[in-house]
Amino acid sequence: MSLTLTDVTLTYPDGDSRLTALDHVTLDVPRGTTTAVIGPSGSGKSSLLAVAATLVAPDSGTVTIDGTPASGLSRGRLAELRRHRIGIVFQQPNLLPALTAAEQLQVMAHVTGRKPADARRKALELLDAVGLADHARRRPHQLSGGQRQRVNIARALMNDPTVLLVDEPTSALDHDRGAAVVGLITRLTHQQATATVLVTHDRSHLTAVDDVVTIRDGRLHEPDPVLEPNPRGGAEE
Amino acid sequence: MDASLHERLNTVFVALRDLRFAKGRFALMGVVIVLITLLVGLLSGLTAGLGRQNVSAITDLPVDRIAFSDQHLSYSDSTVTQEQWRRWAATPGVSLAEPVAISTTKATAGSRSAAVSIFAVSPALVPEVGDGSVTMSVPAAEELGVRTGDTVTLAGRDLTVAAVRGDAWFSHTPVVWTSLGDRTTATVIALRTTGDVVDVPGTRTTTKDGSLDAIGSYRSENGSLQLMRGFLFVISALVIGAFFTVWTIQRSGDIAVLKALGASTATLLRDALGQALVLLTTGTLIGTALAAAVGLLVRGTVPFLLDPATVLVPAATTILLGAVGAALAVRRIVTVDPLTALGSAR
Ligand SMILES: Nc1ncnc2c1ncn2[C@@H]1O[C@H](COP(=O)(O)OP(=O)(O)OP(=O)(O)O)[C@@H](O)[C@H]1O
Ligand SMILES: [Mg+2]
Repeated sequence: MSLTLTDVTLTYPDGDSRLTALDHVTLDVPRGTTTAVIGPSGSGKSSLLAVAATLVAPDSGTVTIDGTPASGLSRGRLAELRRHRIGIVFQQPNLLPALTAAEQLQVMAHVTGRKPADARRKALELLDAVGLADHARRRPHQLSGGQRQRVNIARALMNDPTVLLVDEPTSALDHDRGAAVVGLITRLTHQQATATVLVTHDRSHLTAVDDVVTIRDGRLHEPDPVLEPNPRGGAEE
Repeated sequence: MDASLHERLNTVFVALRDLRFAKGRFALMGVVIVLITLLVGLLSGLTAGLGRQNVSAITDLPVDRIAFSDQHLSYSDSTVTQEQWRRWAATPGVSLAEPVAISTTKATAGSRSAAVSIFAVSPALVPEVGDGSVTMSVPAAEELGVRTGDTVTLAGRDLTVAAVRGDAWFSHTPVVWTSLGDRTTATVIALRTTGDVVDVPGTRTTTKDGSLDAIGSYRSENGSLQLMRGFLFVISALVIGAFFTVWTIQRSGDIAVLKALGASTATLLRDALGQALVLLTTGTLIGTALAAAVGLLVRGTVPFLLDPATVLVPAATTILLGAVGAALAVRRIVTVDPLTALGSAR
């Protein structure tokens, strides 16, 4: 198992009491598979992602990234864990305005101290993998929304993460592009053997994923059979 | 590009690209730094030049301490006696004790005249002075248009110029050295000492540099010029701090993203500080070069002293204080929460 959440509970202060955003959540995601987490607004999807990304420490329970428990690590060690093991695809592409598409990826090598020449080659490879080989020198304002989202995905894979966390990747895209982006994520998940969690409230693109769980009021459920994306089980190749 | 330079550039990966991308904003800030350093450089050269016209006759004396009368620690009011300089000469630890009598008068040579400071000294301090002969400082000789061998009239006496030497000024007038003659009083006693000495009764000593404050015109001028310079340093640090505060707040979204992706706070701080240093150093170097060029142009007409201390020290101070301002500003990188990069709210 590459990403494991065990009995994770997360609460936020809410006036005098506390609001339970994640309620005893347990989730295993093996490498090379994509698990979609769907749920309505306010159900705890972003909270789940934040905990898995080690950006928030849960009240109880453990998060294990590629065998390393995240609990008790210092902020510096958590940052190290993130840059070596975790890739994050943000809901908004969150690209840096001053950097070209290739540099958006190279900056990841910069933060890990990797050799610039290797980084350049790897960045171009990944841009090629997301179909943007010809756009390496463009800045974010010269890219379409869908292209920016693909740069966002390529950047998450730059440091060969074992865990890929994807936050509402289709919310800013039309249906076809949304489907293409989800397809790209599941394909790269197989290729790069990442343990991928895809969080969304949009049920329309789930045919390609390996597993679907629903979240409601902070609790995980197996989906209703009608929602089962792929009755044969497993991913469509 | 060699590998280490490449690596160093890589530590400011984002910073350099931001500099290039937000050219206009950084150019504006750069111009402000250039102008402030230009002003600081000009003021420094002028302060030093004016200062030199006030005190160089004292600072160039080959001694380390000055004895005043204990009532008046002032070059205009102090009076010391022959008895006192003899006792100073006999004091253990004193290798030289020479009286200096300072006065101001009008000197004339032919049709030209000028106000000069007379330093009456013995040949031990200035060898060429004697009965009927004087040594002129270069600015005094230039103002009167005289050379060695010419005659000048000082307070009604005709004297021969025995030598022209040194850039000696006192209280904004050029200096003429004359012989002490049979004077039994002088203004101060110039002392060369080896180690601590006990003051001769009726006198008080200060270091040579400390004695400069006893020149009234120097104290007031230098004080206000230094105050202006100090304010300029503070202003430049504040302006730079304000600029980088706004800049850091503007890019806090980017910082949150980089942190979420695993960038350490140290990496981000290094990147931001490197950017501030590039901007500061470039601006300061241009401003300083301009100040030096202006100084060269006006040197003949304005008392402007152009030397490493007046040019490089203010430049280094601007960079240092600016870096402090920038460091305080980019410190807020530490508190940016990477969690804000998640979700749709940015
Ligand atoms: N920082 C916070 N402080 C207090 N309560 C919070 C905080 N963040 C989220 N919550 C609450 O926790 C619950 C889960 O929020 P979360 O953001 O995880 O939902 P979500 O499923 O991502 O919703 P959406 O689809 O609207 O993004 C919500 O009730 C929300 O109001
Ligand atoms: Mg959310």
